[in-house]
Amino acid sequence: MNNASAEVAPLADSNKKSSSESIVWQVEITPRAGLADRIGDKVHSEVRDAYGPANLRIAGARGFLVQSSESLSEVTRAVEHILVDSIVEQYRILDADGAVRESFSALGGSPSAVRGSPDPAQSTIVHVLLKPGVTDPEADSAREALQEFGLAVDAVRTFRKYWIQPLSPEEVRISFQKFLANDSIEQVIAGPLVLRSIDIGSDYEFQLQIVPLLSADAAQLQLINERGQLSLSAAEMATIQQHFRELGRDPTDAELETIAQTWSEHCSHKTLAGAIDYRDENGVRAFDNMLKETIFAATKSIREQLAERDWCVSVFRDNSGVVKFDDQLNVAFKVETHNRPSALEPYGGANTGVGGVIRDILGTGMGAKPICSTDVFCFAPPDLRSEDLPANVLHPRRIMKGVVAGVRDYGNRMGIPTVNGAICFDRRYVGNPLVFCGSVGILPTDKSFKQTKPNDLIVALGGRTGRDGIHGATFSSAELHEHSEMTSGGAVQIGNAITEKMLHDVLLQARDEGLFNAVTDCGAGGFSSAVGEMGEEIGAEVWLEKVPLKYRGLSYTEIWISEAQERMVLAVSPDQWPRLKTLSESEGVEVTVIGQFKPTGRLTLTYDTNQVADLAMDFLHGGRPKVRRAAAYNPPAIATIDPSDLESVDSNQALLDILGSFNVASKHWVIRQYDHEVQGCSVIKPLVGADCDGPGDAAVLRPRFDSWRGLVIACGLNPHYGDLDPYHMAASAIDEAIRNCVAVGADPARIAILDNFCWGRTDRPETLGSLVRAALACHDLAIEMKTPFISGKDSLHNEFKFKDAMGRQQSISIPGTLLISAIGQVDDVRRCVTMDFKRPGSSIFLLGETGAHLGGSHLGLVLGLHGGQAPTVDGSLARQTFAQLHRAIQSSLIRSCHDLSEGGLAVALAEMAFAGDCGAIVDIADLSLADAETPLNCLDIVRLFSESNSRFLVEVEAARESEFVGAMQGISLVRLGQVTDSGTLVVRNGKRVLINSSVEQLKRAWQSPLDWS
Amino acid sequence: MAKPTVLVLRAPGTNCDLETAHAFEMAGGQTERIHVNQLLDDGDVLQRFQILCLPGGFSYGDDVAAGKVLGAKIQHHLFEQLREFHADGKLLLGICNGFQVLLKCGLLFADPTAAAPATLTWNDHGRYEARWVTLQTESDRCVFLRDVKEMYLPVAHAEGKFVTRDAETMEQLESNGQLALRYVVPVRGQVARSESSKRVVTSSTRTAETLFPVAEKGNSADSGSDPENWIPFPFNPNGSQEAVAGLCDPTGRAFGLMPHPERFVQPTQHPRWTRDGLQPVGDGLRIFQNAVEYFA
Repeated sequence: MNNASAEVAPLADSNKKSSSESIVWQVEITPRAGLADRIGDKVHSEVRDAYGPANLRIAGARGFLVQSSESLSEVTRAVEHILVDSIVEQYRILDADGAVRESFSALGGSPSAVRGSPDPAQSTIVHVLLKPGVTDPEADSAREALQEFGLAVDAVRTFRKYWIQPLSPEEVRISFQKFLANDSIEQVIAGPLVLRSIDIGSDYEFQLQIVPLLSADAAQLQLINERGQLSLSAAEMATIQQHFRELGRDPTDAELETIAQTWSEHCSHKTLAGAIDYRDENGVRAFDNMLKETIFAATKSIREQLAERDWCVSVFRDNSGVVKFDDQLNVAFKVETHNRPSALEPYGGANTGVGGVIRDILGTGMGAKPICSTDVFCFAPPDLRSEDLPANVLHPRRIMKGVVAGVRDYGNRMGIPTVNGAICFDRRYVGNPLVFCGSVGILPTDKSFKQTKPNDLIVALGGRTGRDGIHGATFSSAELHEHSEMTSGGAVQIGNAITEKMLHDVLLQARDEGLFNAVTDCGAGGFSSAVGEMGEEIGAEVWLEKVPLKYRGLSYTEIWISEAQERMVLAVSPDQWPRLKTLSESEGVEVTVIGQFKPTGRLTLTYDTNQVADLAMDFLHGGRPKVRRAAAYNPPAIATIDPSDLESVDSNQALLDILGSFNVASKHWVIRQYDHEVQGCSVIKPLVGADCDGPGDAAVLRPRFDSWRGLVIACGLNPHYGDLDPYHMAASAIDEAIRNCVAVGADPARIAILDNFCWGRTDRPETLGSLVRAALACHDLAIEMKTPFISGKDSLHNEFKFKDAMGRQQSISIPGTLLISAIGQVDDVRRCVTMDFKRPGSSIFLLGETGAHLGGSHLGLVLGLHGGQAPTVDGSLARQTFAQLHRAIQSSLIRSCHDLSEGGLAVALAEMAFAGDCGAIVDIADLSLADAETPLNCLDIVRLFSESNSRFLVEVEAARESEFVGAMQGISLVRLGQVTDSGTLVVRNGKRVLINSSVEQLKRAWQSPLDWS
Repeated sequence: MAKPTVLVLRAPGTNCDLETAHAFEMAGGQTERIHVNQLLDDGDVLQRFQILCLPGGFSYGDDVAAGKVLGAKIQHHLFEQLREFHADGKLLLGICNGFQVLLKCGLLFADPTAAAPATLTWNDHGRYEARWVTLQTESDRCVFLRDVKEMYLPVAHAEGKFVTRDAETMEQLESNGQLALRYVVPVRGQVARSESSKRVVTSSTRTAETLFPVAEKGNSADSGSDPENWIPFPFNPNGSQEAVAGLCDPTGRAFGLMPHPERFVQPTQHPRWTRDGLQPVGDGLRIFQNAVEYFA
């Protein structure tokens, strides 16, 4: 933090064009006296979260910088009418030197009238502004509204202002700035703001950049690689050098960047889709393309078996996976990760993660309509002590709040319901939170494929291009370290959901009118990836000076690789163009021809009359050197759990502890901030039961109002099993995702799944080995359950480097984390069931086999146990169980159904009871463990908390018990007891009472940990 | 007889237009979704329609304040057309963001040109909140609420707290019968019969300054000192004064509400249908039927 003048210099611009008497007015808006101060309170709560200064007094204001040449009275009139809500707010207008010129307050109040706020005279005043060029949607809207009102405005920017006591400017700078602002997108200015101009950018003077590659030796190549943040390997740099030697010239910066983007891990998945020599206890296996030979292969063989009944439409090729829904519609599903941006700027990272995966759906086939979102996060525990926090890492609680707000604000504004999710806590995510954003869309069967035609125009639709997210693709393929903010601030983007909603509205109309031949989204790599991909078979010529810019001064390369959000690229034939232009303009969406897919087999870039790149498509897409990677899995020596560690454990207390652990506890604080019902398709909501607060197994939607056919969305994730065996982790995640769908009524024969691998540094054979082992499980289980994978994504190198207190170099790797997302279908949503107990007197059955599976279990986590057997999956038994349960649900034999997962039988019982506002009496005497020889099998606590897969608890009307039992022939089934109206959960083994707790108490234990204000 | 015609207005950020159009169609209306830019080009488009609905969403991102930017556009470019539309005996409905827009451009008040006497501001707890609420009709003035005593509907908003400029304004709106819809506490499915009149007397003496939570968030001291008259969170999900969920204009032909009636027209949209069974249609449908039947 410097003084205003110095810090704001980059904002100012001597040769800006606005008239000389134009003044930057500072509009400062505070709540009227006595009203809540949301801006100040937000900092207060973050200070609390991070155990910062306790005696802090702080007041906040929201503000606008309005640059106008009109008179103060005109500005005041407009401000009062447009920017301020005089019923609840007061304002002051300061001039360019920070002197108060106007003020309005019904009570003559100053900010000091705000509760607990400092005396302005005694306070340190701090301004927080977005850095130049960072997207500021609210400023754009304010500018438009002020102009509508008739005020001539040159520019508008938003800011926040704080009055802080008792900290001095120096203390604020050293210890406090992080609570006020995020360095990666914001600048903090102490003292009065002195601003002459907020117009940014200056004219760009073209200069062709040639990179001296031919003459470079190995060391210089590496230097070029690092300086350019290309994230290429030495072998790749050498290949590029060889290519240009053959051409007899040095490359331009744009050519080198294009290759780096196209060859990046993020865009090409070179590791997992590459050659791998894998070794484990069963021997050695050589893959030429690991993904193709495991996950893709499973889908291929399932589709071959299904033959003419194959319901997959487009898998592992388009921007998302597509399957058949009904005769008119297909359904598209994709889950992406946005981990690194979220670590640096949680709000913007999650925000653009959601925006990005929505564009994947919009960019599928000829454009699918997004109908719901799913969001899964992995964080360090929110109660992590700040002394356990590495330097320059945001506190997990702050990351979680920022990520949730980012998902909320993008999804809610787009009008896409967020219907499913999960949050997993583990300390190893401290520097590397995981943010999985998923989107589901529907598209007409005859619009499910695209075909770019030679000589189609290259059309950019949507937002303008700025410096946002430069090097996002290569950045997300590199490791994070404590100085990432400095090196990759540019990679952080802020989204503008409304721009994307406008784009969405126009794109879907254009699709239905047949106004383009192909579409894809501008994601990582920006135009360079989108155009390179669409023109791969044909060739493309791009006229970079035509691209609409947010502000002046971008170089041709910045334009080419910018990852500015909310942009799509269309292939439009010349006869389609006029109507597309008219349609887009009628809704205020910018549409521009930026080039043409010329049948040259080359990618050619020009800026005005200058050629700045000329690459052969086949080198770009086929020239990357193949590397063979080594992968090894050595089964760790796993301790067995000693029965004596468990004998003294009180089951009742263990149940309360598990319900109250962050992983299991209610996520209502998150869920209620998401609009999960917009579009009106919601059938089973994320929270279910008597008080709409029980944990539903899966969400059910009804995509069309003229049919009862439904979609089911669920997920499975448990990295803790992976610590014992990644194979069983993957198998369990698949089983969990599928059984969650089946539990609400999905047809197990119509469930498709996605994989998202987030792993550590896979250049270590053992790390890559654990990933391959998980992929092998994906192959085996998919085939055994006849459940195809239709799309997937990976995010590697999730490790965080830092220096500890002793100055030693440390590195934290995340646990290998596989998210399985499932999309199921149901013929008639009116047959769906929920997990809440419905009626006292019903019988309770346990379906499926229980084994001594405490390895990685939540009982183990709360007791601090190590080792043990991770849950395994018998795929064919699971398939049979799912099929018979589905038939029972179809014939309305089942009142409620809940899958057994975290915390096993005891937790599932408790959840069904408090969700249904019922009690239950259960006796586990007849529940015998499958693998009788283990020393643990005699323990009640094992039966209660084992996390064996493929199990369900079901509630059956007493009168239909025999019918139900008949329907379950061949599946292990135990009648455990019955639902009561007693308001207590009692679990016995014969005479031994194991659990006896009021349902209220269980519910409170489950709801309180994350019941944040 | 020709179906009554409904214009569902789209703007940048509108996102409930499809399901709102569906609800009007279910009710027997003839609906068209039209972009505000088209109306700005040619205000006469309005003349084809009998009902104008501003659906939910985030018009212009709710930047500056919810509904503010679209409200300003309407005030500066469409105000006269809308007043004529309304004066011709036609109907105006604003749902959620649409309510925020109607309120901020003055169309719900006796004198639309005066500075807005009331606003919708941030929920007490300062967050976006999605949940179902029980609502009770408090006035026979509103065309849209004829024969509606009680409804169970979802809310989903961050800025839904109804606040008047002062106590007099609240009394005025009350005596005009404009406080059409209120949040109430459900008691075993039935609505608590809280004597709303008493509630009004006790709290309408309070003004904006004292009507806000001054201590911790969600403090509900702000609608009446008498606790038994206060509708607490979550039943009053945003801390609205007088638990106001919907407001109509003095004629009852213009109506705005925060809850989403279009999200409960189908039986499977109810959050507890797997417990309580499927009712024939959702509570919200009545609002759209009343609008359509008004022209029958």
